[in-house]
Amino acid sequence: MKALDYAAEVSAVPIGDILRRYPLAVDYLANMRLDRVDEFKTLPEILEDVDEDILEEFGLDREEVIFHFCAFLEAFSRKRDSVEAISSITILGGRDKAGRPEMVELTITPGEVVSIVGPTGSGKSRLLEDIECLAQRDTPTARQILINGSVPDLDKRFSAGGKLVAQLSQNMNFVMDLTVQEFLEMHAKSRMISGSAAVVEKCFAVANSLAGEKFTLDTKVTQLSGGQSRSLMIADTALLSSSPIILIDELENAGIDRREAVKLLVGNEKIVLMSTHDPLLALRADKRIVIRNGGIAKVIETTAEEEQTLQKIEAIDSILLDIRNQLRGGGVVAKESIPEFQEN
Amino acid sequence: MKLITVAGPPSSGKTSVILKTIAALGLPEGSVGVVKFDSLTSFDHQRYDEQQIPNQTAFAGKICPDHHFVSNVEGAVEWGMKKGLSVLVTESAGLCNRCSPYVNGILSVCVIDNLSGVNTPRKIGPMLKYADIIVVTKGDVVSQAEREVFAFNIREVNASATVLFVNGITGQGAFMLARYWQDALDIRTLRDRKLRFTMPAAICSYCTGETLIGEMYQMGMVKRMEFDDV
Repeated sequence: MKALDYAAEVSAVPIGDILRRYPLAVDYLANMRLDRVDEFKTLPEILEDVDEDILEEFGLDREEVIFHFCAFLEAFSRKRDSVEAISSITILGGRDKAGRPEMVELTITPGEVVSIVGPTGSGKSRLLEDIECLAQRDTPTARQILINGSVPDLDKRFSAGGKLVAQLSQNMNFVMDLTVQEFLEMHAKSRMISGSAAVVEKCFAVANSLAGEKFTLDTKVTQLSGGQSRSLMIADTALLSSSPIILIDELENAGIDRREAVKLLVGNEKIVLMSTHDPLLALRADKRIVIRNGGIAKVIETTAEEEQTLQKIEAIDSILLDIRNQLRGGGVVAKESIPEFQEN
Repeated sequence: MKLITVAGPPSSGKTSVILKTIAALGLPEGSVGVVKFDSLTSFDHQRYDEQQIPNQTAFAGKICPDHHFVSNVEGAVEWGMKKGLSVLVTESAGLCNRCSPYVNGILSVCVIDNLSGVNTPRKIGPMLKYADIIVVTKGDVVSQAEREVFAFNIREVNASATVLFVNGITGQGAFMLARYWQDALDIRTLRDRKLRFTMPAAICSYCTGETLIGEMYQMGMVKRMEFDDV
């Protein structure tokens, strides 16, 4: 439907019914300071009673308000996910800072986890950025990113902007003064998800299962601990974000179950790229990209031996987790908490 | 010469975004210039000087910043033409939320930051509503959900604009903005072009220097508030 197709409906149907059909329209009216209206009147009837000067402050006359309202309804009735399903992304190598070519062609599919390792300043963020802007040999690295095996057309490249990729980093905080429940409801509303109550409930339950310490629905998001915040962000990104690709820049190792967090993200058919030096996470990935001097030096597939090592690392991690819980519970850490290591 | 108008609330990151985008344009040094419109003081010229970017600063002082902008932007274009610039960026700060220093046909960019609160897009008004591109900064310090809600609130006010996230510190996202700048209209003058939205109305007694409070001192364009009966 085009914007004009809504005009007939808007002119004939009382605003109360319009608002029930298109719940978001309430925001449009509020933005125009028209939030207290007689719901049995149509929008044109309502506008007849509104002082022209007030409309003029918004730069509109009565007809333009109706047109803009229709455009609003059209924009928010479009198919929810304009981001099409992504079955793979492919990174075609460019060159490093010295101009040496990267001999890489790496395809990643949903449910796969790829970690990115390399010293600070080596170019990890640059790689994440190339993916975000769907680089076409036109960024400093000259890399090319393919979507579903082919070159994304320019339109898609621009329209997908910001929607393709969700990002998580440990510098991120909540700044809204809302409770966990209000926060999740607000996000669900912006995604226009029907049955949002169930999604909010699920998101909350999952976030709590990741967090070392539990929190409630009426906790303010700004009062959550680092681990709790991260848990909520991960659950929210997995279940409520529309973006098919998730870029993670380090996950704290305190107060959050990292294994479950990664499982949750891939379980929701996301493509996960993770910049990390945490062995637990880096080895959990299917592959890892090694960055050196601005370029992809190599791609390592996690070996069977590494997977065995991972089990040992997990054992060490759970020992530490156990000690942390002892501390949290006010206990005294016993020497036996740590098993003797074999000398060899 | 391509002209790009950039506007946004104070400290939203306009200068950082402009610097990163100029770098991403990759044009020869000295071919991209900036004219900064500010109210009282500005230190941004130092940052442009450091990058060898030709720049000029204009202060509105006691004049309404929007009116000051529109009466000087043509001069800015003349300066850019004489300098032989291929891209000229005007940066407007100190504007009230009622303003939009945008001209029909000229690429208009509004910069706002994620930290300013999720409802900010709904309060900014014409500066946001009439922009072609809305650049959101400081996204690296808030959650993904807040970025998405923020972008959603922007779309509720301006459904046709392109929303881009740019990190003013690392420059992430500036590449995409530069792509849009490359397609900006080439002009030689602004004469006879039209503003997208009227400037705030002025000329009351206070515009002309009145400082006393009281109805008897008020003349010209005055808007009275209506309070509830008590």
